[in-house]
Amino acid sequence: MSALTRIIRFVKPYKRDAILAMIFLVLVVGVDLSIPRLVQVIIDQGVTPENMEVIFNTSIIMIGASILSALLIIINTLLSVRVAQNFAADVRKSIYHKIQSFSFGNLDNFQTGRLLVRLTSDINQVQMVVFFSLRMLIRAPLLLVGSIGIMIATNYQLAMILLMLLPLTLLLTVVFIRIAQPLFKKVQKRLENINQILQENLSGIRVVKAFVRRNYENKRFDKANIDLMDQNVKFARLISVLFPIMLLLINISAVAVIYFGGLQAIVGSFTVGEIMAFISYLLSTMFPMLMLAMMAGQISAANVSAERMIEVIDSVPRVQDKSGAVALPKIKGRVIFKDVYFSYNGSGSEPVLENINLVAEPGQTVAILGATGSGKSSLINLIPRLYDVTKGRVSIDNIDVRDVTQSSLRSQIGICLQEAVLFSGNIRDNIKYGRDDAAEEDVITAAKAAQAHEFIMSFPDGYDSVIGQRGVNLSGGQKQRIAIARTLLINPKILILDDSTSVVDVETEVKIQNALWKLMKGRTSFIIAQRVSTVLSADKIVVLNGGKIVAEGNHAELMKKSPIYREIYESQLGNGGNINE
Amino acid sequence: MSNRHKKPSSFGSRGPHRHMGGRTIEKAKDPKGTLRRLFSYLKPFKLQLSIVAALVVTSTLLSLLGPYFIGVAIDQYIATSDVEGLLQISVLMLSTYLASSIFSMGGGWMMATIAQRVLRNLRKRLFEHLQTLSLSFFDRRPIGDLMSRITNDIDTINQALTQNVTQLITNLITSVGIIVIMFGLNVWLALGSLLAFPIMVGIAALVGKRTRSGFRSLQMNMGRLNSNMEETLSGERTVIAFEQQKKALASFNRINNATRDSAIQAMSYAFLIPPLMGILSNVNIAVVAGLGGWLVINGFATIGLIAIFISYSRKFAQPLRHIANLYNSIQSALAGSERIFEIIDKQPEIQDDPDAVPIGKIKGEVIFDHVNFSYVPEVPVLKNVSLHAEPGQTIALVGPTGAGKTTIVNVLTRFYDIHSGNIMIDGHDIRKVQKDTLRKQMGIVLQDVFLFSGTVIDNIRYGRPDATNEECIAAAKLADADQFIRRLPKGYKTELSERGSNLSQGQRQLLSIARAIISDPSILILDEATSSVDTRTEVRIQKAFLKLMEGRTSFVIAHRLSTIRNADQVLVIDKGRIIERGTHKQLLKQKGFYYNLYMSQFKGIDLTPKKYAKTRSEN
Repeated sequence: MSALTRIIRFVKPYKRDAILAMIFLVLVVGVDLSIPRLVQVIIDQGVTPENMEVIFNTSIIMIGASILSALLIIINTLLSVRVAQNFAADVRKSIYHKIQSFSFGNLDNFQTGRLLVRLTSDINQVQMVVFFSLRMLIRAPLLLVGSIGIMIATNYQLAMILLMLLPLTLLLTVVFIRIAQPLFKKVQKRLENINQILQENLSGIRVVKAFVRRNYENKRFDKANIDLMDQNVKFARLISVLFPIMLLLINISAVAVIYFGGLQAIVGSFTVGEIMAFISYLLSTMFPMLMLAMMAGQISAANVSAERMIEVIDSVPRVQDKSGAVALPKIKGRVIFKDVYFSYNGSGSEPVLENINLVAEPGQTVAILGATGSGKSSLINLIPRLYDVTKGRVSIDNIDVRDVTQSSLRSQIGICLQEAVLFSGNIRDNIKYGRDDAAEEDVITAAKAAQAHEFIMSFPDGYDSVIGQRGVNLSGGQKQRIAIARTLLINPKILILDDSTSVVDVETEVKIQNALWKLMKGRTSFIIAQRVSTVLSADKIVVLNGGKIVAEGNHAELMKKSPIYREIYESQLGNGGNINE
Repeated sequence: MSNRHKKPSSFGSRGPHRHMGGRTIEKAKDPKGTLRRLFSYLKPFKLQLSIVAALVVTSTLLSLLGPYFIGVAIDQYIATSDVEGLLQISVLMLSTYLASSIFSMGGGWMMATIAQRVLRNLRKRLFEHLQTLSLSFFDRRPIGDLMSRITNDIDTINQALTQNVTQLITNLITSVGIIVIMFGLNVWLALGSLLAFPIMVGIAALVGKRTRSGFRSLQMNMGRLNSNMEETLSGERTVIAFEQQKKALASFNRINNATRDSAIQAMSYAFLIPPLMGILSNVNIAVVAGLGGWLVINGFATIGLIAIFISYSRKFAQPLRHIANLYNSIQSALAGSERIFEIIDKQPEIQDDPDAVPIGKIKGEVIFDHVNFSYVPEVPVLKNVSLHAEPGQTIALVGPTGAGKTTIVNVLTRFYDIHSGNIMIDGHDIRKVQKDTLRKQMGIVLQDVFLFSGTVIDNIRYGRPDATNEECIAAAKLADADQFIRRLPKGYKTELSERGSNLSQGQRQLLSIARAIISDPSILILDEATSSVDTRTEVRIQKAFLKLMEGRTSFVIAHRLSTIRNADQVLVIDKGRIIERGTHKQLLKQKGFYYNLYMSQFKGIDLTPKKYAKTRSEN
């Protein structure tokens, strides 16, 4: 239950309301307990001695008491709802906050669809426990203790017989939790599976349609669906037997009261009114016992959910600001890789980059070429610390990137990732994504440089055109150009373009290129590109192969000394190099 | 061709639609209709359900006997000091309760199974329906919202079904049974104890209306929250790169708070009802005691009768409180169901004609005849596009970004339906054939590579489920992917993470090429298939493509023009029109748009030996 207690701490800010809610319930218990006693008064002091006044007055008191109790319950409910929902929102916020502190390395481990289950269904489980606790946690045991106390006071012997049932109930509850918890863990796991399949299917729907794999997808989903059903059935069956058993225990007690109480009444040591009151108290123990049993089920489920949330909350961001990290001062843009090794899963696994040594002087343009999977993206991801090096160091202006705050680092580096992810909203918002306060002229300037202005203006709503989720209504090249504009707008000292124009047509690319040459002046730039034409005029071209730098120099130098580079160069031109053919 | 337009045009329905994830709370729908539809999912379990009902009814009736026995025990045995009789009636009570519990367990157990089966069917139905909907539907719907419908909304029904169907039966019978028994025992007392009942029902109905609209806005906000989180989390890498976590949190906080507020509202109303029902029960007891006392004093009733009545009054409270709770969860389930049925009621915009036929093995002649198309009404994307591809030909589509190249692919595959004109394959109008039989013969490498989680080989096999391992590996080799796959930790059995994020973009493209190769299509469509692949690898794949294209009609979109030199026809597209067509050589000679495009890629590259020598000498 430790996971649950940790999560429950989020109730703290609402302590006052929570306590208030429970206090109101204490009063309710008082009213609840007084009712059977009042009934007893009516029978023993009103009906039996035929005293109409007592009957009448007591009845009025009873009605008043029950209205009072209802009002108290309503206040409690309103408070409990508020506390529980605020709690849920806070927990969700805190988990979401945590995810926002993740680095790329963490994201490799958590799939979106799975995170979403933790942010919704799991939170809901715990929220329900908080809610029911506020309504029941005080009331049920108090009612239980109060009823038992009164029963003992009324008839000691009879009460003792009933109390023997208590340990049995307790045992039953413990056994139940033991069985329920692992069952529920599997339920949530399978819910996650189904959500992940769903998320993938919906985001890859074009591929599903293109390959006509509807039936396959249906089967895949239904398999997860059936798995979930089976597990849910097990869990629901467990709950379905719990209640009748609890109910049976209580009914057995009622029979015991009638029998043993009846025997005493025959002897004359017990009145009929007392038997009635006794049974009433018995029934008021039934309510809290059922509630506690139900809570036991929910608590065990909530604990599982809490564990799953804590898994996210306790994940350590792979890239973190050092304690005492300072803001990176305004940089000139000298980037140095010194003996850098990198692998995605720490030093044990296959290195993706080995022994990288590279210097980019301020204002230089460095182009990176290499085969698919040779480590180009991995290399440039190290500069803004999207991942941390496994060994060696990356420094900017001789400051290790790990010594400064991530925000000060990234605010001076513009990186255009390979996949142009746009967000729903209009085009202007997307371009301004990295700089909210950008002026309209700056937005247009950036869009013009990225050769996006013209097509944006061809839309009826121009910069206000709404982009569907993930930019569905734009062509691939258009998305890339908006992504470039977005990067240019933050006016970075270091500019990184990771194959950012791969699906832009050549002519447009040349235009972007020309605009960039102007913009790159005074900036250090890293460019990954497949087309040699893009990298020809770079100050330095780095050729990567299998995670190592195999050649470095400008175009002319590399043509002379690097066979791989020559091969790349020739592969671009093919026989078309001779256009007069 | 004209009779096809009887179908509502897919763009007519685009109209001024609600904005995605619509903010406005929809008007109250037809709750009875929704409930009826929900019940239709219970129909297949009619037999089991009647057994459940029988079990539950029996159990309830048995448990109703309890209070009656109590009265009998008091009046007939305790009052007459009949110890023997007291024991007998106690044993009788005990066995009644035991039997009642056993029946109730049986009913609950069966219902648990039925409820989960119903939910599975509902999920299945919803998912399968989603698979039939057209792309334009998905263009408009946030994924997170659709997910929320399949999980959160169905969960509301789960709550209602599992906990509540049996309880509803139990409670209804209990309350009706109690009423009947009470009337049988003493009409005046019975009337007295029901005095407050109509008032409470009235209040409950009043609150209930609010409850449903509260739950509706809660479920809608859950959908919005889920969309917001899904979009941000799947674009999280961009968020990080731009250090925009604060912005992500701000928009999340807004929706998270709105969701919280609507939850507070819905729940506050919902939980008003149970305590009100609680009052009812206590008022009843007071009335019974007061009225009963008077009746006893005047000799119209016995003390035992009052005991019975009080006991029944307490018992009456329990089912009422339960029914009140049930009412809430039914309201919430109704709100959820509305959102589920809203999707199920969506008709695919692109549907097979009722008399559509399978297309059969195609040779691959493709004709576009004056095709016009637009995604959004005001912005035409294809204008009067005509083309003719002979079987086996390779058609290259060239032009600036946004010219409409991918759109040609989209309409050829019938991802979207054209506005006017005709697309014919082997002489068949593609709208007159079953689209699955058509797409199965097309191998498509899409611009946005999408891989599924699962192993590498599973992803290749996605192109053709019955492909053997050897065939998959052969396809990978052809796509030049074999080498890198073998270097992965577990080779072909390596698990890909979400969307293949543990591979480089180029590697993902190679896998998707292998996936298209294995599908052995008659028509091959390559939309920027190698844009992120390095050029040396590309040259190797190019050779594979040439082999692959033999005997297949191929459409190739590429910006690297070296890819398309060997095409039989090059179509230059600009602003949705074909502006030049011919072979590579012909088009170069024309010195038009294509010539400029082609030359631009060599701008800056020194092609002539002389210039090259000059560059060299500069160093």
